[in-house]
Amino acid sequence: MDIEAERVAAALAPPVVVAARSIYRHRLPVRVMHWVNVVCMAILLGSGLNIFNAHPTLYWGHDSVTGTPWLSIRGMNTPQGPVGKTRIGDAEFTTTGVLGVSKVNGQMTERGFPSWATIPGPQWLSMARHWHLFFAWLFVVNGVAYVLYTIFSRHLVKDLVPTRDELRNIGRSIVDHLKFRHPTGAAATRYNVLQSLTYLIVIFVLLPLIVFAGMALSPRLDTVVTGWVDLLGGRQSARSLHFLAAAGLLLFVFIHVFEVIVAGVWNEMRSMITGWYKVPADPPSHEVRP
Amino acid sequence: MSKTFTLMRARQRDRRHLLRGAVAAAGAAMLTGCDKLSRNEAFVATLKSAEQLSHAAAGVVAPRRALAQEFEPSQVAPVFRSNGTLSPGDADYVALRNSGFAGYKLAVGGLVAKPAEFTLDQLRALPARTQITRHDCVEGWSCIGKWKGVQLSRILAQVEPKAEAKFVLFRCFDSMDGPSLDGRDSRYYESIDMDDALHAQTILAYELNDKALPVSNGAPLRCRVERQLGYKQAKYVRGIELVADFSKIRGGKGGYWEDEGYEWYGGI
Repeated sequence: MDIEAERVAAALAPPVVVAARSIYRHRLPVRVMHWVNVVCMAILLGSGLNIFNAHPTLYWGHDSVTGTPWLSIRGMNTPQGPVGKTRIGDAEFTTTGVLGVSKVNGQMTERGFPSWATIPGPQWLSMARHWHLFFAWLFVVNGVAYVLYTIFSRHLVKDLVPTRDELRNIGRSIVDHLKFRHPTGAAATRYNVLQSLTYLIVIFVLLPLIVFAGMALSPRLDTVVTGWVDLLGGRQSARSLHFLAAAGLLLFVFIHVFEVIVAGVWNEMRSMITGWYKVPADPPSHEVRP
Repeated sequence: MSKTFTLMRARQRDRRHLLRGAVAAAGAAMLTGCDKLSRNEAFVATLKSAEQLSHAAAGVVAPRRALAQEFEPSQVAPVFRSNGTLSPGDADYVALRNSGFAGYKLAVGGLVAKPAEFTLDQLRALPARTQITRHDCVEGWSCIGKWKGVQLSRILAQVEPKAEAKFVLFRCFDSMDGPSLDGRDSRYYESIDMDDALHAQTILAYELNDKALPVSNGAPLRCRVERQLGYKQAKYVRGIELVADFSKIRGGKGGYWEDEGYEWYGGI
């Protein structure tokens, strides 16, 4: 079809016919690594919360006797029955039913995070550690493979690092996000600037932080370079940072899943399973573009 | 038009409900699945295989003789936290404690050329090592304390381990289920490999924070294995035995908590 005919056809076609085209958006290695990561993160979070429950207080410092506690999720018995108390800094909240005290087999029980959030459900530190440390290996191997892949396939440079233009227009992207306005046409084929910056922070800040803070908890790995744990503020600070990085990742997951739902859950899921993504058509317009 | 719109909205709502239901069901199924898997022997064995990997990896990245961090006197916690047994009720221990541990003797035997016994005075007469280290409990808390004791390597040099000795086993006084009437042995025990046994910071400590080791922290003698978690640091040490393997001893996993499911390698 020559250009002239195409132009005529475009002009004559009713707007809805500006049909969505499909693009191959996610390559197989990225899709596989994405889902392996989903499984790892879910299990690491659940088993991590079970491990947290074995000592449900976090501190800044080296030591939990002299360190400064900043988060504590504990239960206490009162004449009115068990009460869950969550303390963040100097603020104390009653969180009975969810944090500090929650039901285990119908019985109100003292435990940090509730059984529906932990792996395994019962308070079982040794088993939670087996889950956590097995999937930590898988998570790290998968993560390292992903980073290497993004570098060598140029996915990092081409797709993840925003261009200067994109960075300049960050304000518009923020407004678009606040209005839940999602890109269409050519713009939808690229990560938008907020998205790519978020991915970069997750991949190069939160994930390395959670891994290194986790390693700092190992008394043997602490000896690799004497004193390196001090860089994180000591072992108890490392435990806090490990927890906060997990909280940051959980926040990311909430936003990520929310955006997937807003942007079109079936299309987004398809693209992460089969690779194929239907590019949302540009808003209807009768304007004839050459 | 508005009817179509309402229908569309209803369909969207149905989809949303379906999705939400599916996510909740998947989440619940996953958690129930994890609990079932936690009771599946083959699956748990697979999970536990990570322990060997971690142990081997730690050996690669952390030099064999690397020391655990030592701290300043100002960083020592005012009270050293005690955990596990706080005061053994076992008759032989109580008798020793009542005599101020005067009759205490550490028996060292097993796969050694020269089995020997050491009184506390003999142990104190040997060159001592003092170290301010951080104790890391598997539960997550830490506590810094100053320990003084004799290096295990010195004791081993005196008894001369045989070539087939691969592990050092600590037998302790404290029965974890209380002194048992039915004769079942629940006394604490632990084991470490020769790498840790010969490590410079592995000591049999008789002093904590410049005072005789308190009963709640394992008097009269406890082991410090500074590159591993708290449960590896046997308290109330009664005797030491060198063994080629521990699969026939008690639960076969090399320690009281190991028999309860914890990792034998407590360095992670």
